Amino acid sequence: MGEWSSRVIPIVRGLCLLYVTHKYLGTTVVTYGPSMLPTLGITGNVLLMERISTRTGKLRPGDVVFFRSPENPRRVVCKRLVGMEGDQVTYVVDPKNSDKCNTIVVPKGHVWVEGDNIYNTKDSRNFGAVPYGLVEGKAFWTLLPRRDFGSLAPKPK
Amino acid sequence: MGTPSVLWNVAKKCFTVGVISLTVSDLFSSIVPVRGASMSPTFNPKTNSLLESLSDDRVLVEKLCLSNYKFSHGDVIVFCSPDNHKEKHIKRIVGLPGDWVGTIYDVVHIPEGHCWVEGDNLASSLDSRSFGPVPLGLVKGRVTHILWPPNRVSSVERKTSRNRVSPS
Repeated sequence: MGEWSSRVIPIVRGLCLLYVTHKYLGTTVVTYGPSMLPTLGITGNVLLMERISTRTGKLRPGDVVFFRSPENPRRVVCKRLVGMEGDQVTYVVDPKNSDKCNTIVVPKGHVWVEGDNIYNTKDSRNFGAVPYGLVEGKAFWTLLPRRDFGSLAPKPK
Repeated sequence: MGTPSVLWNVAKKCFTVGVISLTVSDLFSSIVPVRGASMSPTFNPKTNSLLESLSDDRVLVEKLCLSNYKFSHGDVIVFCSPDNHKEKHIKRIVGLPGDWVGTIYDVVHIPEGHCWVEGDNLASSLDSRSFGPVPLGLVKGRVTHILWPPNRVSSVERKTSRNRVSPS
C-alpha cells in the first residue's frame, strides 16, 4: 500500500500542478481566423497567454486578450482590448457600408474589445461590451510563426 | 541535520495537499457559504444579522456542468456578477437561450449564450431583472446539495414557474 501510494502521489501531484499552472499562471494557445489580421495570421499562430494580469487588474487598452465568447461559452475568442470600464470608445459601426461612427461609455465591470481587421470581425460592435469575468488572459509572446517570434505588435493605425 | 529536512518534508506535503485540493475544488466540487436572503426560503430562511457567518447555509457546488454548459430550467447556479467580476452570486436559472421571459414591464428575449436568473425571494433579490441576461461563460458551478446546517441537509431541487417563461 505504501509503495503504491508513493508512486501514484507524485504523478497526481504533477498533473494537478500542470492544471494549476494552466488555470492560474498561463498556457500556450493556438489561434485561427481572420479577425486579427495583420497582427495574427489566419492559421498557424501559437501564442503564450498569461493569466496574472487579468487577476491583478493590470490589463490596459492595446493588450491582446482572450475571453469566453458571450454568444458561446465553450469558445475562447482572441481580440484586442480597446476600452476599460468608464472609457469613452468611438467606433465605426459598419465599416463595409458606411463611415457612421458611434460613441459609447464602457459600463462598469465590462471591457470593449475589437478585432484588428475591422472588415471581418465579430467583436464588441456586434455583441456589446464584454463582462470582465469572461476575460481569460492576455497574450504576451508569439511562439509561431518564427518570423513573428517575440512580443505582439501594437494596434495598427 | 534533522530540522531542515523535516521542514522540507512538511512544506512538500502542504504543497501537494494544496495543489491537489485546488484542482479538485476547481474541477469537481467545492463548498461555498451562502450570503444574504435573496434565495429564501431555499437558502438562509432566517436572516440573523448578529451571527451571520456562523448560521449561513453551506452548499455543495459541482463543477462538472462546466464541461458543456448545458443547464436546465430551475437549476441553482453560482456565477460572477456582470458588474463586478470579484463578486459571486447564487441564483436560479429561469430562462435559457432562446426563451422569452416576462418581467413587469415587458417581455425579454434571451440571446444565444446567455441565461435569465432570479432569486427565489423576489422581493429582495438583485438578479437579471436589474442587470439583464447573464452570459453563460460567467457561470462557475451548479448547486446540488445543502450541507449546513445539519437539520436542513438535503439536495437542491429544480423549481420552475411555467407561467412566466415561454420556451423557444
